[in-house]
Amino acid sequence: MSDATFLEYVVFFSAAIMILGGAIGVITLKNPVHAALGLVLTLFGVAVQFVAMEAHFLAAVQVIVYAGAIVVLFLFVIMLLGVDESIDLSIEPIPIQRPLAAIMGLGLVGLLGAAIVRAEDALVINPGSGIDVAGETGNNDSNIQQLATNLYGDHVFAFQLTSVLLIVAVAGTVLLTRKWPRDAGSSESESSDA
Amino acid sequence: MIAAIGTSSYLLLAALLFAIGAFGLLVRRNPLIMFMCIELMLNAANLTFVALATQLGDINGQTAVFFVMVVAAAEVVVGLGILVSILRRRPGATADDLAELKG
Amino acid sequence: MADLVWLIPAFPLAGFLLLLVFGRRLGDPNAGYLATAMVFGSFASTVLIFFDLLSKPAEDRDTVVTLFSWLPVGTFQVDMAFLADPLSIAMCLFVTGIGGLIHLFAVGYMHGDAKFSKFFLYLNLFVFSMTLLVLGENLLVTFLGWEGVGTCSYLLIAFWHSRESAATAGKKAFVTNRVGDWGVMLAMFLAFSAVGSLSYSVINESAETGELAASTASAIAMLLLLGAAGKSAQLPLYIWLPDAMEGPTPVSALIHAATMVTGGVFLLTRINPVIAASYDWVPTTIAWVGVITALFAATIALAQNDIKKVLAYSTVSQIGYMMLAVGTGGYVAAIFHMITHAAFKALMFLGAGSVIHGMHEEQDMRKMGALRTVMPITAGTFIVGWLAIAGVPPFSGFWSKDEILLFALADSPALYVVGIITAILTAFYMTRQVIMVFFGEAKWTSAANEAEAPEPAEGEEPIETHDAHGEFKPHESPPVMWIPLVVLAVLAAFGGVLNLPKLFGIPSGVSYELEHWLEPVIEFGEADITGTWAYDNKYILVAIAVAAALSGLALAWLVYTKKRIKPWEPTLFANGWYYDAAVSWFMGTPGREGFQVVTDFDAKVVDGAVNGVGVAVKEAATEVRKGQTGYVRQYAGVIGIGVVLLLGWFVVIRGIL
Repeated sequence: MSDATFLEYVVFFSAAIMILGGAIGVITLKNPVHAALGLVLTLFGVAVQFVAMEAHFLAAVQVIVYAGAIVVLFLFVIMLLGVDESIDLSIEPIPIQRPLAAIMGLGLVGLLGAAIVRAEDALVINPGSGIDVAGETGNNDSNIQQLATNLYGDHVFAFQLTSVLLIVAVAGTVLLTRKWPRDAGSSESESSDA
Repeated sequence: MIAAIGTSSYLLLAALLFAIGAFGLLVRRNPLIMFMCIELMLNAANLTFVALATQLGDINGQTAVFFVMVVAAAEVVVGLGILVSILRRRPGATADDLAELKG
Repeated sequence: MADLVWLIPAFPLAGFLLLLVFGRRLGDPNAGYLATAMVFGSFASTVLIFFDLLSKPAEDRDTVVTLFSWLPVGTFQVDMAFLADPLSIAMCLFVTGIGGLIHLFAVGYMHGDAKFSKFFLYLNLFVFSMTLLVLGENLLVTFLGWEGVGTCSYLLIAFWHSRESAATAGKKAFVTNRVGDWGVMLAMFLAFSAVGSLSYSVINESAETGELAASTASAIAMLLLLGAAGKSAQLPLYIWLPDAMEGPTPVSALIHAATMVTGGVFLLTRINPVIAASYDWVPTTIAWVGVITALFAATIALAQNDIKKVLAYSTVSQIGYMMLAVGTGGYVAAIFHMITHAAFKALMFLGAGSVIHGMHEEQDMRKMGALRTVMPITAGTFIVGWLAIAGVPPFSGFWSKDEILLFALADSPALYVVGIITAILTAFYMTRQVIMVFFGEAKWTSAANEAEAPEPAEGEEPIETHDAHGEFKPHESPPVMWIPLVVLAVLAAFGGVLNLPKLFGIPSGVSYELEHWLEPVIEFGEADITGTWAYDNKYILVAIAVAAALSGLALAWLVYTKKRIKPWEPTLFANGWYYDAAVSWFMGTPGREGFQVVTDFDAKVVDGAVNGVGVAVKEAATEVRKGQTGYVRQYAGVIGIGVVLLLGWFVVIRGIL
């Protein structure tokens, strides 16, 4: 089809840099709070990519749920526990671990990359045949509508199950972290997200 | 727009993100950071889903992302709850200290 | 009627079982009478079957009675079956007959023994096993009986097991027999693999028709010779028989004179077609083993001072004669000598038992002498036995020994010469024994102080063992003991009629009865000597044999009665040419080293392999256990590697397109 415009490239690459930069930050920063911030960067980058791919609703949900709730949860726990900053990253108690991880990482990248590159020609480019794009239908809510129809139509059972899942998770966590009366100290509760 | 950039670029990006997340999971000992790496991997999966959904024109891919997010949220809740319980008893524990499975 | 052949072993088996349960209650002497009755019942059945066989024509005289299928394993079919044919019935007749007489004798001899009923228990078990051995239709049933008699021999030799020497003798007998049994087992395996069956009819037929290769037949024959050497106490495995005299005298009479030791000769006769089908050196080996053993044992016998040891070595020597007969193809002669030997040797053993009993358990001949004055019946019967074994006509031993020497000469003059020398020695040492025990001066007065008076034997009143001056006096045995002696003496005297040769006007209707009877069994293997020089000059041979016997007799008379010549009893002979000592030394020192190696091999290699498997698993598990570090990250890493490998398989090998 048409070549990508300059803007599209810019968007893609800056989002990519945000994603990868944030990821590397997560795995290398010593301070967990800094690592959490790196995570936020990655999540935001992913949201940008979602927008670039016309999945507007998901981008919104990504920001709200992931960056807005889950990372906040992480930060709460970090504050609560006062996690130690001084874990020395240069020593590794399990000798085989770093090489193992390196092999795994490189292997994954290599193999997945190979698979993707080889599969390039097999992917039939067929934009918009099933997904409503706002630009084409003229309806600004078309993505949400289509998603909602699919979710509440084809996948209503799974949807209900996820609500059960959430309730179970909440109840379970409250029970897990409850301080029983014989323990010293006040009981604490977790805030949970929707 | 995806036609312009090409699906494979997005897929490669996701693969890279996944590999970084996996690597971090194996290398970091702080349990909270290990959780964050798991989040990275989940995001990579989401990215792949959306890219292929747009590529193949199927809305089910986006629905799948929706569900992944829900499950990730639940998982984080429970996981952090467990972590809190453990770290309350043993402050400053790392993943290596929790080695009761040693045989 | 011949279908009732299973009765023959059934009677002693019933006796064994009854005594097992009720023996202690029946006690002395009823347990003994029960056992004796059972054996005579067996004898009666044998007689009935004998007459039944006689009524049939010669070719029809083998009846097989199958009791049940014992080992039906694919191609390996073995039945518990009995074969009633001339050979087995002939053997059964003298086994059960003489066995019964010995049982009767034992009732008197074992009177007062604490384990009276147990003795008869073992004796009946022995007779049962012996009948199995003889009546077996296939090698396995025979082997069952073979092992059974070996076990009973062990039990009976070591009957007075509180005596160390008796226990050791029992063990020695068992172990030595085992070496022979190994030979029999190998022969069985070989026979099965060559012919596909253990049944005598199949094996013998394949040998007769030439199906059985000469090499296989030779191997089987030599292995069975090894077994026979063990069971029948030939060189090199005779060492257990002299020691076996530790057992009670009825045991020596029954097992080690009349029956068990003849088992080896019987087995070789049974498979005579196989011997005939083997290479020529096989029968020659058998003959030489026999004749050398005969000479060897005879030399030892003339230097022995224990009354039973002389008879033991004499048995070894006489069985050597039987082996000589088997080796030269004279199977009829072998069986004939077996029967006459059973009669006169049992007679002499029982006579020795009577002497021992009368001398209050004294067995050294140098302390006896002039016993014919106080024990006339024992002396008279013993003298009959002596004349029979020496080969003096017309007693039975002369006829059978002469027959054997005839076949020996027909085969090879060397065998004959050795046989004649042995005959002279036989006459010599037996005469020596008779003179030392029954004639000469009484030496038992000096034994007065050591001997204690035992309990009176069955049927006696309390006896005066000391005469008026407090001197010890031996006494004659009670009737329950001398009746069997008399019966056996009659058999020993007149047994020769069984197989009289055509000589001196003996009518041909009466001659060679045994040969005609046994013909269907041995016709393939029997050597035909009708054309030889030996056969044609039989009268000369008879003369030589008689001369040999009389010269041996006279020599002994000169040495021991007239005291003209000094007695020559070198210690070499007295100690059995140091053969037994050599074997013991070998087993003790270098043999033990060798056995230790084998034991170590068993413990380390065999057991080690088995245990080693367990140890190896444990070691491996311990190593593998180290992989369970407990570190979750490492587990995750391994999972990751697994994912990579899986991906790799999909991408590289399968190709995702």
